[in-house]
Amino acid sequence: MYKYILKRILFLIPTILGVTLIIYAVMNITPGDPAAQILGPGTPEADRIAYNEKLGYNDPFLQKYVRYVKNMVVNQDFGISYVTKQDVFAEIWPRYVITLELSFLGVFLAALIGIPLGIKSAVNQYTLWDTIPSLLAFFMAAFPAFVLGLILLYIFCLWLNILPSSGVGTFAHFIMPALAISIPPAAQNFRFTKSSMLESIRQDYVRTARAKGVPEKEVIWKHVLKNALLPVVTQVGLSLGSLICGAVVAEKLFSVPGIGSLIVERITYKDEPIIIAGTILISICFTLVMLLVDIIYAFIDPRIRAKYTNKR
Amino acid sequence: MEKNTANNAPQGVYKRPSQAKEIWRRFKKSKGAVIGLIMLVAIALVLIIGPFLIPYDLATTNNYDFMLAKPSAEHIFGCDGFGRDIFARVVYGGRTSIAIAVLATISSCVVGSMLGAVAGFFGGKVDALIMRSLDIFMSVPDILFTMAVVYALGANFVNLLVALTLAYFTNYVRLVRSQVLTLSESDYVEAARAGGSGSMRIIMSHIIPNAVGVIIVNTTLNVAKIILYESTLSFLGLGMPPPAPEWGAMLAEAREFLRNAPHMMIFPASAIVLTACSVNLVGDGLRDALDPHLKS
Repeated sequence: MYKYILKRILFLIPTILGVTLIIYAVMNITPGDPAAQILGPGTPEADRIAYNEKLGYNDPFLQKYVRYVKNMVVNQDFGISYVTKQDVFAEIWPRYVITLELSFLGVFLAALIGIPLGIKSAVNQYTLWDTIPSLLAFFMAAFPAFVLGLILLYIFCLWLNILPSSGVGTFAHFIMPALAISIPPAAQNFRFTKSSMLESIRQDYVRTARAKGVPEKEVIWKHVLKNALLPVVTQVGLSLGSLICGAVVAEKLFSVPGIGSLIVERITYKDEPIIIAGTILISICFTLVMLLVDIIYAFIDPRIRAKYTNKR
Repeated sequence: MEKNTANNAPQGVYKRPSQAKEIWRRFKKSKGAVIGLIMLVAIALVLIIGPFLIPYDLATTNNYDFMLAKPSAEHIFGCDGFGRDIFARVVYGGRTSIAIAVLATISSCVVGSMLGAVAGFFGGKVDALIMRSLDIFMSVPDILFTMAVVYALGANFVNLLVALTLAYFTNYVRLVRSQVLTLSESDYVEAARAGGSGSMRIIMSHIIPNAVGVIIVNTTLNVAKIILYESTLSFLGLGMPPPAPEWGAMLAEAREFLRNAPHMMIFPASAIVLTACSVNLVGDGLRDALDPHLKS
């Protein structure tokens, strides 16, 4: 068991290295001229060349990459922004926290809406408890987060005028973005929970339990739920991916100063250090959540537990 | 009695035409699927015929006389903040979005299926290498990776295709690999092997025909996902460069005028939702028609 967890944690190192390598490589496809951006367009060419040389921008790719990772790991140094000339990490960190708050609030909401409805609809298959949420989930699968966001904006800001349309600060600012981004993954969670439940309900051990006279409530809670919810844990963890996508969109739509809106804004200015650092930091968080999901899974799934305890 | 023979027919002798007919018969049975198909055909007709009736200039040329004009007989969907006809923009934008979505689905399917098949067939070290790299690759959230690629390559039709392919091929690798692994352990493959069939014959006549259904269904459902994803990209300003119309970009503009011109939001938003909905309906119908076992 601990061997499995240790192995999984050790795999984190190549993963994070790989992730940074991919992002760094993609961002280095197009040649840039950082000196021109940092020093301004009017600087003499000799100065620019000297500055690029000092930054080590003309070094071979691998050398630059190794240096980047070393600076990142040792001093949390992601370079300086081309636009604001500030330290990238200091600029990103407060916005990173906002994006994470938004995304995790979204994961929580999506699970809170999707899973109970999924259970309810699987238990009451073919009743209104099943058809109405299923229909809704079907339609929500066709709504991108930003369309939902626009509709919410229209209803709550322009029509009812009860929620602020942009910015951060109070909890009220988070309601619309969180709702807009959590509904599509909630629909996914719903569908997933429902099909997982239905699969468990049809198992032989459920029939046996019913046949030997276990009360229906106990069958659902003890026999079905316990097995059906195992894969749902992974699904909820994975939904973080679509929520990060949603968060980027919601940040633009509701002018939330998060990392997504920062990256989108800086793409126009070709502010590479910010884009690279933002992408890497979000990916690391995503990787850590996946690791957590795997570890939780190992604890709650007796099959995995058994597999690793028997081996020794 | 009639029903009974129809159900048993394809299990007997393997005949191609009857198979297609049988799938169509099952597809027809689902009301949702038929509605989706009709909607999809209607959308396709509008997108194909539209350009013959509406000049492209209408979608891209600014005309400040009609700024934010409400829907009228002349401009049935109204005009946007630059006085451009929204109907023309929806039609031309839809052509780009759907072309990108379909092409990106096909290319991600080809790339992903090939990698997945290689991983599944060869197993061992090749499999481990492909799957571990994939794990790493998938640790970068799709949207950020796509943004990075579009940033690095620049936004145009081909680069958007590349970016979307890179974001979506991973699904197919896992799907095809797991299909290949489960199918090659199935009883009929074992039977075929016992009967003396070679690997090639097993792949061609047992594994591919059985895996194809799942892949087709997934591909259809993926088209809807990519349409939504592509519109998200263009909403973020990473789609086709302006003034080329695109549904997502139109909605990004609509946000500014939400109070005075809600029609700017309604029409492109409905276009996205209707298209995605009808593709999903067809996909669900296909799933039930191609693989009755999956039907729950």
